[in-house]
Amino acid sequence: MFTKILIANRGEIACRIIKTAKKMGIATIAVYSDADRHALHVRLADEAIYIGPSPSAESYLVIDTIIQAAIASGAEAIHPGYGFLSENAEFCRQCQAHKITFIGPPVEAIEAMGSKSAAKNIMGAANVPLVPGYHGEDQNPAVLKQTANQMGYPVLLKAAAGGGGKGMRAVYHAAEFDQALAAAKREAKNSFNDDLMLIEKYLQKPRHVEIQVFCDQHNNAVFLFERDCSVQRRHQKVIEEAPAPGISHELRQRMGAAAIRAATAINYQGAGTVEFLLDSDGDFFFMEMNTRLQVEHPVTEMISGQDLVEWQLRVASGEPLPCSQDQLTINGHAFEARIYAEDPERDFLPATGKIISLQAPAETTHVRIDSGVIEGDEVSVFYDPMLAKLIVWDSDRERALQRLTDALSHYRVGGVITNIAFLYNLASCDAFRRGEVDTGFIEEHEEEIFRRRQEDIDYATPLAAQAIFAARTMRARERAKQSSEPNSPWHLVNHWRASDTQQKPLKITLGKQQIEAVAASAELPADIKVVSDKDGLNLFTPRGVFHCSETPPDLGLDDNHDSTANLTAPMNGTLVTLMVEVGAAVAKGDTLLVMEAMKMEHTIVAPSAGRVSEFFYQAGDLVDGGAELLLFEAAEK
Amino acid sequence: MPIIKSKINRNSADFLVNADAMQKQVEDLKSTLNTIHQGGGKKACERHRARGKLLPRERVEALLDAGSPFLEFSALAAYNVYDEAVPAAGIITGIGRVSGQECVIVANDATVKGGSYYPLTVKKHLRAQTVAADNHLPCIYLVDSGGANLPHQDEVFPDREHFGRIFYNQANMSAQNIPQIAAVMGSCTAGGAYVPAMADESIIVKNQGTIFLAGPPLVKAATGEVVTAEELGGADVHCRTSGVADHLANNDHHALELVRNAVARLNRVKPVNGDLNDSIEPVYKSDEIYGIVPSDSRKSYDVREIITRIVDGSDFDEFKALYGTTLVCGFARIFGYPVGIVANNGILFGESAQKGAHFIELCAQRKIPLVFLQNITGFMVGKQYENNGIAKHGAKMVTAVATANVPKFTVLIGGSFGAGNYGMCGRAYDPRFMFMWPNARISVMGGEQAAGVLAQVTRDKYQRDGSDWSEQDESDFKQPIIDSYEHQGHPYYASARLWDDGVIDPADTRMVLGLSISASHNRVIGETKFGVFRM
Repeated sequence: MFTKILIANRGEIACRIIKTAKKMGIATIAVYSDADRHALHVRLADEAIYIGPSPSAESYLVIDTIIQAAIASGAEAIHPGYGFLSENAEFCRQCQAHKITFIGPPVEAIEAMGSKSAAKNIMGAANVPLVPGYHGEDQNPAVLKQTANQMGYPVLLKAAAGGGGKGMRAVYHAAEFDQALAAAKREAKNSFNDDLMLIEKYLQKPRHVEIQVFCDQHNNAVFLFERDCSVQRRHQKVIEEAPAPGISHELRQRMGAAAIRAATAINYQGAGTVEFLLDSDGDFFFMEMNTRLQVEHPVTEMISGQDLVEWQLRVASGEPLPCSQDQLTINGHAFEARIYAEDPERDFLPATGKIISLQAPAETTHVRIDSGVIEGDEVSVFYDPMLAKLIVWDSDRERALQRLTDALSHYRVGGVITNIAFLYNLASCDAFRRGEVDTGFIEEHEEEIFRRRQEDIDYATPLAAQAIFAARTMRARERAKQSSEPNSPWHLVNHWRASDTQQKPLKITLGKQQIEAVAASAELPADIKVVSDKDGLNLFTPRGVFHCSETPPDLGLDDNHDSTANLTAPMNGTLVTLMVEVGAAVAKGDTLLVMEAMKMEHTIVAPSAGRVSEFFYQAGDLVDGGAELLLFEAAEK
Repeated sequence: MPIIKSKINRNSADFLVNADAMQKQVEDLKSTLNTIHQGGGKKACERHRARGKLLPRERVEALLDAGSPFLEFSALAAYNVYDEAVPAAGIITGIGRVSGQECVIVANDATVKGGSYYPLTVKKHLRAQTVAADNHLPCIYLVDSGGANLPHQDEVFPDREHFGRIFYNQANMSAQNIPQIAAVMGSCTAGGAYVPAMADESIIVKNQGTIFLAGPPLVKAATGEVVTAEELGGADVHCRTSGVADHLANNDHHALELVRNAVARLNRVKPVNGDLNDSIEPVYKSDEIYGIVPSDSRKSYDVREIITRIVDGSDFDEFKALYGTTLVCGFARIFGYPVGIVANNGILFGESAQKGAHFIELCAQRKIPLVFLQNITGFMVGKQYENNGIAKHGAKMVTAVATANVPKFTVLIGGSFGAGNYGMCGRAYDPRFMFMWPNARISVMGGEQAAGVLAQVTRDKYQRDGSDWSEQDESDFKQPIIDSYEHQGHPYYASARLWDDGVIDPADTRMVLGLSISASHNRVIGETKFGVFRM
């Protein structure tokens, strides 16, 4: 067994690996960038080595620096975590060259699965079922489009080198194809420096079910059952669970066998995940194999009672697998919910900011928190906005789900917008309770998840009015206390009018709905919890979380400087490309430039016909949210 | 602590009869006010809204700090005065909080005769400015008016307290650093054009506000020039070219937001006068006042029953309780602000007048604002009293009231007749604010007395002529006089003519006084120099 390992990662996964290493008596070395100088993983590790500036391309992705850090610190092995260099063959090769153990599969296995089109060929040969698709080298856009037309829409464009939803686009009509292809290629180029695309038939209503496999250096292979990761938005997993609801023992065995065939076909070693699409008929198709530990591995750990990081370390050091297949059993049910800094109401736009307060639910045998952040941390533009993973376990699915919603209602993050309310409402949806999940779940149940149904509005309206009135009263009391005459009746906010006891209705924004309601009192029922955030109040109720705020007045369109308009960055990010020339005539709605933030693209479009008279940034520049990007001159009316 | 213990029985027959009578008067007041709040009516409001404009009351609501009180003045102005209905005299005035500061708001109601100025519109506008000047409150004008009402021009334009005075006041208040802010949210024609022009800062709504000395029709008549209102004096013209306005607003809400910003930038701090306490609700409920005030105004009752339902904790420290008992004087607090209370408890005698003068001197010396609860049929008459110098004792009190340089607040809770009105700080004595209860009556003397005096004069004439005047004839002679006094002494008649700042629900008295007193503290209380007291 190793005595010292380096963890080439950050955030919750680095902390997770350190935990197991400590348990096994292995010393840990963390690496960190400028932004992570005070991060939790740095504090938890035995040693920490600085590896460069905040952008990951200049720190966590620089192979040489990481290798040098491992050599300098005397680490015998490197655990790459997930993301960053975890599936980078060159990194794996460099580790070998420097006699450092790469805690993961052999380089050949990474390479075999690294190119999705090559992987499909190998899988086909190994008798692993495949989705119809195009995995050719000919990348002529016209050829690609014709292939898609033949396959029939919808189709899915995927970066051959991709993962995690980057460089991926669903195309529903031929008319959208060209634009989607260009965007997917651009994203792929940015994320993986490789824009080779493949096309697949887009299965409707499929489930995403993946099998956890493990192989050692002694030709042993087992599978640790499946995880259902169907609930996704923008192809990013939101809530995962194990076992997958409604899967028969027979199907589980067939999928497990196929996954082991896939792993052995590439002489796999270590932890791997074989992702399948499972259609409603019980047919499953190979999607891809992730040659690393997955974000959602904890749900497998919870139901199997195994520590997968420990398994990784044992296998990498040459030990045989700790268990044989027949020693592995499923015990109970587990969920994982990913806590993100993002705004679900604004299309999950990633959020940044300082975590002013952080109160996670208490950890018990039923509740586990894998967190990479602490109070006072800055959620920066540089890395993935996932703050933590909330994992719950209980003896069956229904009980586990109850644990999940209860824990979510106790999770408080102040300072940045999070998806906690969204997760709570998703987890308490009827269809989710019934386990009726598929990859289109969020879109399909959007009205219910976002609590936009009339019954939701009717229920929450009086509560919202009371909560807002209570908050207003509280604020007024605070202001009064600080004033030179706290006794003044002018501080009152109960809308006093002479000879008029009628209460004026409050103008409220409930979710996305504008309503008017009178506050019956400033006291809320005891089972309603109010948590304020930057934009208003979250009401945790027995029927879901509702966000409400006072509706600001419509201040009209500020086109008073209508000859020129300034366009600003929607958030912190990097300018990717300028799409038009300075001075060239553009039509309303034309894309002027593309920004990338949190690895998602955002386009800035022309507010009207006109021309750009100046760009204030160039491609590659880092831009602060709110910064003026360009000067736009509208055409004469 | 000297808490006034109420001796009222809520279940007594008198209480119930009184409560019922007051309830009816309050309900009438509320329904009358409710009609007035509809402005120029449904059609006019719809037309106004169709132009993308907020109604004047909506403008006031949007301007104020969310949920904060609004102390409206003289909603009954012009009520049943002109041949046509002119609700609230076509202008909404009052004090409200804007960006944390008490301001006087003057908002034209364009749904009422295009917001044009009737004589009482002018009077109401000027009264609001007086309130601002007296209490050092910033003025916010929400302008939407076609200017002077032409058929009434002789009563609107030329005199000292007519239209021109509005701008005179703006200039002089500005000179005292009482900020003047105008938002032009509609027409602002002729004389009205000077409201934004004379303001310290002005805001105008684009494609909606216009400012010009003469509108397009008048320009065409005068010079033949054909021009649109927008070209003549639209927001663009005034913000880009003429400089008559300072800020360009997108719409009503934006204009009001800009006003709020302007107030937030004023760099004013409210001076705090004297010793403040926490506000404590009275021990007794304010709506019990309904059952205390006798339905028959000739019946007497103990005014302390009213005081105990208005002041903090019902705590009232009476001064000279055993002397001149028909005038109750004492110290109390309202919403934590110290006040001196002067309340009638019967007819004024020489002793009570002297006590009143003494107490007012005390309050002026200590800079304690005065609250007058007026319910007075007058000073005592008769040989004994005249010989004892009731006129000079009354004069002492009137001198004290007139010259005491502390904020004074008058509430007419019953009768206000003759010289009693003067001694108890009637309108002529410049109380900062003056309100009436719906049961109050105001006139030079009671209707019965006036009819009696006039009947006596007539009977004397008949007797000199040697002819006879029957009881029936006398009664027929007196009734129209009594009716006329009743009509003209009614609070609505008074309030319609701006003899007060509004008729209020007695249950609102504590709140109305609290807001008024707090607003008055925007001005530092100065020293008092009394006139010569006739000894």
